[in-house]
Amino acid sequence: MHTTVLILLLLAALAPMGVRVIGKSAGLIIATVSLAITGWYASRFGIVTAGAPILETMSWVPSLGVGVEFLLDGLSLTFALLICGIGGLVLLYTSSYLGDSPGLGRFYATLLTFMASMLGLVLANNLIVMFIFWELTSITSFLLIGFDFHRESARRCAWQALVVTGLGGLCLLAGIILLAIASGGSTGPEFAIRELDPGAILDSPLAGASVILTLIGCFSKSAIVPFHFWLPNAMEAPSPVSALLHSATMVKAGVYLIARLEPTLNEQRFWSDSLVAFGATTMLLGAALATRHVAFKKLLAYSTVSSLGILVMLIGLGAYAAAATYLIAHALFKACLFLVAGTATHIAGTKDTEAIGHLGRSMKISRWSALLGGLSLAGVAPFIGFAGKELTIKSGLNAGGLEAILLAIAIGLAAALTVFASIQVAFKPFFMPGPHKPEHAQEATWPEWLGPIILATLGLVLGLAPFLGMVPLVESFGASLAGAPLADDVTLGLGYLLWPPSIPLGISVLAVVIGIGLFMGRSPYRSLLAKTFAWDRFGPERTYDRLVGTTLASAQVLTNALQNGSLRSYTRIIVLTATACVALATLRIDAVASYLPSFGALTPFDVMLALTIAASAVSATMIRSRLGAIAALSGIGFAIAVYFVLHGAPDLAGTQFAVETLIVIIFVLVTHRLPRFARYTTNLSRSIDIVIALGLGSVVTTLTLLAMGSTVASPVSDFQAAEAVPSAYGRNVINVILVDYRAIDTLGEVFVLAVAAIGVFTLLTIRPSREAEATR
Amino acid sequence: MNIILAFCCGLLAATGTYMLLRRSFVKLVIGLALLSHAANLLIYIVASPLLGRPPLVRAGETQPPAPFADPLPGALILTAIVISFGVVAFTIVLIKRTYEEIGTDDLDQMTSTDRDLC
Repeated sequence: MHTTVLILLLLAALAPMGVRVIGKSAGLIIATVSLAITGWYASRFGIVTAGAPILETMSWVPSLGVGVEFLLDGLSLTFALLICGIGGLVLLYTSSYLGDSPGLGRFYATLLTFMASMLGLVLANNLIVMFIFWELTSITSFLLIGFDFHRESARRCAWQALVVTGLGGLCLLAGIILLAIASGGSTGPEFAIRELDPGAILDSPLAGASVILTLIGCFSKSAIVPFHFWLPNAMEAPSPVSALLHSATMVKAGVYLIARLEPTLNEQRFWSDSLVAFGATTMLLGAALATRHVAFKKLLAYSTVSSLGILVMLIGLGAYAAAATYLIAHALFKACLFLVAGTATHIAGTKDTEAIGHLGRSMKISRWSALLGGLSLAGVAPFIGFAGKELTIKSGLNAGGLEAILLAIAIGLAAALTVFASIQVAFKPFFMPGPHKPEHAQEATWPEWLGPIILATLGLVLGLAPFLGMVPLVESFGASLAGAPLADDVTLGLGYLLWPPSIPLGISVLAVVIGIGLFMGRSPYRSLLAKTFAWDRFGPERTYDRLVGTTLASAQVLTNALQNGSLRSYTRIIVLTATACVALATLRIDAVASYLPSFGALTPFDVMLALTIAASAVSATMIRSRLGAIAALSGIGFAIAVYFVLHGAPDLAGTQFAVETLIVIIFVLVTHRLPRFARYTTNLSRSIDIVIALGLGSVVTTLTLLAMGSTVASPVSDFQAAEAVPSAYGRNVINVILVDYRAIDTLGEVFVLAVAAIGVFTLLTIRPSREAEATR
Repeated sequence: MNIILAFCCGLLAATGTYMLLRRSFVKLVIGLALLSHAANLLIYIVASPLLGRPPLVRAGETQPPAPFADPLPGALILTAIVISFGVVAFTIVLIKRTYEEIGTDDLDQMTSTDRDLC
């Protein structure tokens, strides 16, 4: 399993070169490899559906016993088949759809990286590894939405998707770490999802926080209310991306993770209730918003939002078989419709489904893909979408009591709106008249129509004959979520669903009738809808915009306040911050006084030195003449040098004398041509600076005293002195330290001096050229 | 003894900071020099509270005669003195060049590049 992910990554690395060498037919090879991987996963179908998940471990850090576990059970097998299978068809489609784009190589590389990340995400059994793949899908999605990066709107929407899913990702990281802590495990990379302990999490005080954070992560990824707004905006991406990422795979990552954690968390009332509540709201809102739009992809995107809501709701209701059926059905028809929509937009030259008419006359094959896909979306028998919808209604009714009635109404309403949407997107532009009839339009080339027709046919075949793989897959998917084989048999056969007539069937028929009725009266309906959604300006997308706007504005204010270009205010901020931090840290030390050193004996010599330093320091700041200030400065240097002599550091004293002398000479030589020592600042500003300076001074004094009084470990220099002669063959310990123990440091110092010397030389010798001088 | 030097250290840091905050470039360099004095002094008095002899080993012996001054701060300060010399020398030349180009040593007149970026 690890190999399949690595193959996709390798292909991603090779794709740009491949496209450059053999042109767009490279896409055929890539698609073939992807379909071959699908075949490999299909070959594991028998083992997994027989109830034996495959667990493979790749050694990562063998010495710590850390490995990367990949788990193939019903859940991950379903996803792997969808990712690689639909991925293969989408890659094929792209070779024609984007065949002439100069960015084709880049596109393949990003899309393949996405597929590898998505595959890793559904297979990974370690929480942290899973999270890394999760973030990779966010990043690749960002790159794909912003594929046409020269368009401002594409960049904006890509950024929005990244911010929303990225913030969700941070919440998720916190959530899964809390889950790991709550179940008493480690938070290292080796922690596996199967080690999560439902009982321990239920009893833990961290349960609430971890569930909320995990839900925010999953909801943001799967565009569940209130994060639903980024998904329709992500339609800036090219159609193949919308088909693969924003219908069949990436947006289902949140659903996947919810499903993966369901066995662990289903005993938490809060978890299931939130899933049902947010799922049902999203289902209804998405379906309603879908009917508001007439552009192909916008409409499909809102319809996807609605479907994601249904999936989340079904998991919350514990209707695992229904969730599995609907998930597979949705991936098939939605990917098909997105691909057809891309082709239709290309051919018609507009994306307005209301304007386009009789497109089916030119798109002789794609129109059938659209029709079959649309019927499956509408949930009409005998398509697989019908089975999905029937099971959904049934699960809603099973909830019992008032909840059942509310859910049945909501599901029925959403179903009716979805029927409307599917007529609008899949029937109207192809088979009904419209003002815009493209002249000389022709069907697209085969890579473009082949994928959709396969997906649409599959939806019909699986609906007619669910025993062809569908039933065992759904059963094993459900078993992964339930943690045990499903209690009830999965009934997807049309015979069971259509006879005897039942309440779900009635609701279904009613929904189709209402949907068709709404479509007939769509112009008054739309104006009514526009009035209803006037509150949209207070919606989550506006909130998001306002949040981003406020963040940027406050960053601007802060930057202008802090980065005002005046060196003095920078210095002030730095000094004040340092003073405050050190002072606060000092105040937090218990019994500060006990660390202060004892006073010790004083000699007149010491007093003289200290007085010299103090007097020179003060006069260096007060003297109005430059020369006087320099003299005071060197006074301090010489006094410190004398102190070094007295305290056993003649080498330091020698260096200090030499340097002090040099500095005075340079100062005098260079600065005698400068203006007088001017006094620029006002009295007020001087007083403020004195306060700031004294603050720092007192902090430094305190720090020095505290440090003097607290030796916590034996100094390393004892060792350095002891080893100077035996190991380093030097009798001056300071020299030994400089050229032996800390030789690299000294080498660095040599470089610093060299750089300073080059800087001085450059400043003194290089002058602006005559031309530059003339243009000034 | 070291206690009064600790106060000297604080005073050097305070005067250094005050000079750093002046608008005159020349005063800023004096501030830098004052601050490096403060740092050198701080390292030395913090690490070797005792009077001691230089850490030199006599010929034929393997240890410097006790009590000897801690050699490590000595080595650190030696590095620091030389580096701060490099910094101060470079800054002095920078002042000279700046004055030649701009005609002032007032730091508040030298904010144009940052302002342009805003």
